[in-house]
Amino acid sequence: MTESTPVLRHPMSKYIREDRQPFIYCSGCSIGIVTGMLARAIDNLGIDINKTVIVSGIGCTGRTSGYFKTGTYHTTHGRAIAFAEGVKIANPELEVIVVSGDGDISAIGGNHLIHACRRNIDMTVICINNMNYGMTGGQFGPTTEHERYSQTSPRPYGNLEHPFNLVKLAASSGATFVARWTAVQARRATKSIEKAIEKEGFSFVEIIGACPTAYGRMNRLGDGVTMHKHLLEVAEIQNGLPPHEAELDYATKIICGEFVNIEKPEYTAVLAEMQRKAKGE
Amino acid sequence: MTISKDKIKIEGLTGDSAIAHALRQANLDVLAAYPITPQTIIVEDYQRFAADGEINAAVIPVESEHSAMSACVGASAVGGRVATASASAGLALMWEILYVAASMRMPIVFTVANRALSGPINIHNDHSDGMGMRDSGFIQLYCQSCQEAYDTTLMAFRLAEHHDILLPVMVGIDGFILSHNVERVEMLPDDEVEKFVGVRAPVDPLDPNNPLTMGPLALTDYYFEFKEQQDRAINRVPKVYKEVEAEFEKITGRKYGQFETYKTEDADIIIIAMSTMGGTAKVVADVLREKGEKVGVIRLKMFRPFPAEGIAKAVGNAKAVAIFEKAMSFGAAAHPLAMEVRTALYESKERPMILDFVVGLGGRDVPPTTFVEGIEKTKEYLKAGKAPKYETLGVRK
Ligand SMILES: Cc1ncc(C[n+]2csc(CCOP(=O)(O)OP(=O)(O)O)c2C)c(N)n1
Ligand SMILES: [Mg+2]
Repeated sequence: MTESTPVLRHPMSKYIREDRQPFIYCSGCSIGIVTGMLARAIDNLGIDINKTVIVSGIGCTGRTSGYFKTGTYHTTHGRAIAFAEGVKIANPELEVIVVSGDGDISAIGGNHLIHACRRNIDMTVICINNMNYGMTGGQFGPTTEHERYSQTSPRPYGNLEHPFNLVKLAASSGATFVARWTAVQARRATKSIEKAIEKEGFSFVEIIGACPTAYGRMNRLGDGVTMHKHLLEVAEIQNGLPPHEAELDYATKIICGEFVNIEKPEYTAVLAEMQRKAKGE
Repeated sequence: MTISKDKIKIEGLTGDSAIAHALRQANLDVLAAYPITPQTIIVEDYQRFAADGEINAAVIPVESEHSAMSACVGASAVGGRVATASASAGLALMWEILYVAASMRMPIVFTVANRALSGPINIHNDHSDGMGMRDSGFIQLYCQSCQEAYDTTLMAFRLAEHHDILLPVMVGIDGFILSHNVERVEMLPDDEVEKFVGVRAPVDPLDPNNPLTMGPLALTDYYFEFKEQQDRAINRVPKVYKEVEAEFEKITGRKYGQFETYKTEDADIIIIAMSTMGGTAKVVADVLREKGEKVGVIRLKMFRPFPAEGIAKAVGNAKAVAIFEKAMSFGAAAHPLAMEVRTALYESKERPMILDFVVGLGGRDVPPTTFVEGIEKTKEYLKAGKAPKYETLGVRK
């Protein structure tokens, strides 16, 4: 009898479409780490993966949905939240999770973000903020810091515009759970993703990530390891800080933590209640 | 007089870079765009020109294509020379404003690296984006080479801004095939381009000294008259295009026409194709002619307005026309290019047999063998005296 060699499998691979491996991500990219965080959060909560729908837009981050072994939708650029609202409203039983990029969520799809926050529809949005449009080769967008270089804000001037602070945007638009972590704070970020999923309401989790291939290279921020080490150095945990104080400055300080966790009527519940009333039940 | 050779700069350029150079030289006032593959490099190159102080234009890196076309309409309304670039989903997101740009008579030059539409998402070349916008009122010019992309972009401003026209122009290049491949491109000196494109002389721009309202409601009372005028304007394009091209030919020695004919005079079978497929088709015609088969090619450049009479004349007495097109109009009587060609040939005394081959969707390669397959089928159908309405080639069935 020949002994079969044991194959080492990643404990989270049960949630991942291994036939789609390897991931398209460049080495040093944060998206794989965040994919792992989400898998672990689902695992820790023990929720039924088959009742979990993962929706994403277009971009490097947008590819995340296709790697999960469940019902997933790789939508169009910017529309992930709008598609996800359709899913949740049509079948509120489903756990709906959006994973998308900063460009997707706050540039072309920014409108959907603020309205979903305002509506307080029960879903979790994980936004991987790598501060540029990674997939298209590193152009600046609404999360790129002032004077940073990109394919469309070259040297010597850099970006003329100023970035959104997505934590402030989501909080002021009405989200009921808002957190920010960097890609290296895997344990804390995973915990926040768990809370976000459990929350009955709109949850927004921003993960500051590294795009060494485009943004890192153009701004001479080092390779993936260097960028992630840097994230750990500048991350400052301030749980419970009022969201308007959650500053983000890549070079010096990234305030991390959970900033909003409040209760508000959830949209699909309100909708169901209204329908019951209308039918005279 | 053509410009002397020593003043011409020859470079190896991708289609995207060639267009970026044309935009640099055309002296824009505003360029507004959002990144999308395979167009992005146009704007990246252009931003580099801006950072190097080579241009005067303001670049608006908007948050979506809908905003890009909207900003272009605004900038054009105040009288600026304006351009944008996009593809596929980005073009689709502009939809609402495409119609506004055309009917508000904004002479915007819109370069498109033609790419398949979602879904499923696909970044490669076909013509579903361009064909989708064919009724928007844009003039549409499709290019076969990087040189043609450069030349056409320059001519597009003259055409768009001509007072008999005042319509936006789409300049199409095949995504990746042209946008990313390097070819030899002759660039004109800056001052010659400046002379050729001139300065835009806007008609009734938004002007604080002379206030006017743009875009107000026109219902049953006037809407139709706007459309009537727009229709007249696009029908004036062939004449103006000819004049502009004649001027361009004078300085460069190059011209393209609304379409190009290749060995069509005595041809039994004429291939009609657009963009880079034209190049492949011509090679196929050469090889087949060596074998004694009379095959010719019409490579269509101007899809809107469609040169129906010219095509009918060029087809002449051919026995069959084999159309190769990279778009589908699901459920239509014919696919977009065939629909136009069939209509164009309806009046012909001796109508040829018309074959419609849909090929290359989503970037599926269209090698010479695909054309040969189509020609072989055409010969069979000619023998049989009948043919299917259309066929897809190069696809698993
Ligand atoms: C309507 C439309 N416009 C543009 C694009 C091109 N595009 C694809 S991904 C992307 C940017 C992605 O950036 P982000 O959302 O930050 O994700 P990342 O790749 O950085 O993870 C763009 C502009 C598109 N697919 N659709
Ligand atoms: Mg990004």
